[in-house]
Amino acid sequence: MADQKNILDLYFLDARARLIDIAAFMDRVDRAGGETDFRYNAYREALKALESGQPDRAEKVLLAFSDPTDEPIPAATTKAACGAWPGADED
Amino acid sequence: MRYIEPHGHMVSRTTDDYRAMAMAGCQAVCEPAFWAGFDRSSAQGFYDYFCQLTQHEPRRASMFGLPHYTWLCINPKESEDLALADEVLAIIPEFMDSPNVLGIGEIGLNKNSRNEMTVLEKHVDLAGSNDQLILVHTPHLEDKRKGTRLILDVLKSDSRIRPERCIIDHVEEHTVGMVLDDGFWAGMTLYPETKCTANRAIDILEVYGNERIWMNSACDWGISVPLAVPQAAQEMKRRGNDAQYIDKVVYQNPIEFMSQSPRFIRPVGL
Repeated sequence: MADQKNILDLYFLDARARLIDIAAFMDRVDRAGGETDFRYNAYREALKALESGQPDRAEKVLLAFSDPTDEPIPAATTKAACGAWPGADED
Repeated sequence: MRYIEPHGHMVSRTTDDYRAMAMAGCQAVCEPAFWAGFDRSSAQGFYDYFCQLTQHEPRRASMFGLPHYTWLCINPKESEDLALADEVLAIIPEFMDSPNVLGIGEIGLNKNSRNEMTVLEKHVDLAGSNDQLILVHTPHLEDKRKGTRLILDVLKSDSRIRPERCIIDHVEEHTVGMVLDDGFWAGMTLYPETKCTANRAIDILEVYGNERIWMNSACDWGISVPLAVPQAAQEMKRRGNDAQYIDKVVYQNPIEFMSQSPRFIRPVGL
């Protein structure tokens, strides 16, 4: 297993660039104005997982975007997934 | 380096992709039946597709020395129409004895609807009745956690289905644990935007180990990379994994799972 310095040597610049991209994306959304929607709300909620201090941040981010219910929906009205759960009323 | 592409939709790819994969060390390619990006209007469309998978595509792959294997089903994206699904299920047995068919797949769920569940259960029954391996597609993005749980429950409820003969594909950090804990195999799909990146897949291996797990490109008509597996292997090397560890993930593990079908012939592994 590599130590932290090895991991940072390999991935720090890439992760730094991705973090700036996230910041720029949020600035872009805010600049665009208009009403926000469930996807952006879920995005901001998912960001909180980054501060958890636990080594399961990726799992927590995925769960923040996931449908938390357990029962099949009555019928599929679309084929596509949009990346965030719209809520029970939207299924 | 040698590797196996255990999940590639080669009907969507060019001959140049076959050549690039062979030159990168690919020893065999395996192609589950899937959604073509548009709905087929009749069972005849599926009949033609199954002919393509069992007759034409193996010939195309053989031009580059690649054995080609396939899996048959009506995919969950076209499972909302129960009448169509029944017609397609009825023609699958005609193809199950083809020499390159490894089993039933990629079955599963897409939006986790009741009809999708019904068709999934019928596929599981077909596999159970014919002692076939199963390759499972888990839903996309926000639907994956719930769909994976539902799929595992369906598989576990059929006493004929043995978890070690099922691969649950497209796992991510929030689903890989439940799949492996229940004794199933897990597939990680390497996509640039959705599913797993190479680095996240390598992280999952570090956390969950390298038993009963493989990587695939699931290259198709969408944003995907046919050389994703050898690229991930290169990243594993960069991270310090040795050749034996990498070979197990990208070559030995797919062989171990697919050798449960008597039709799968172990590659020479040059």
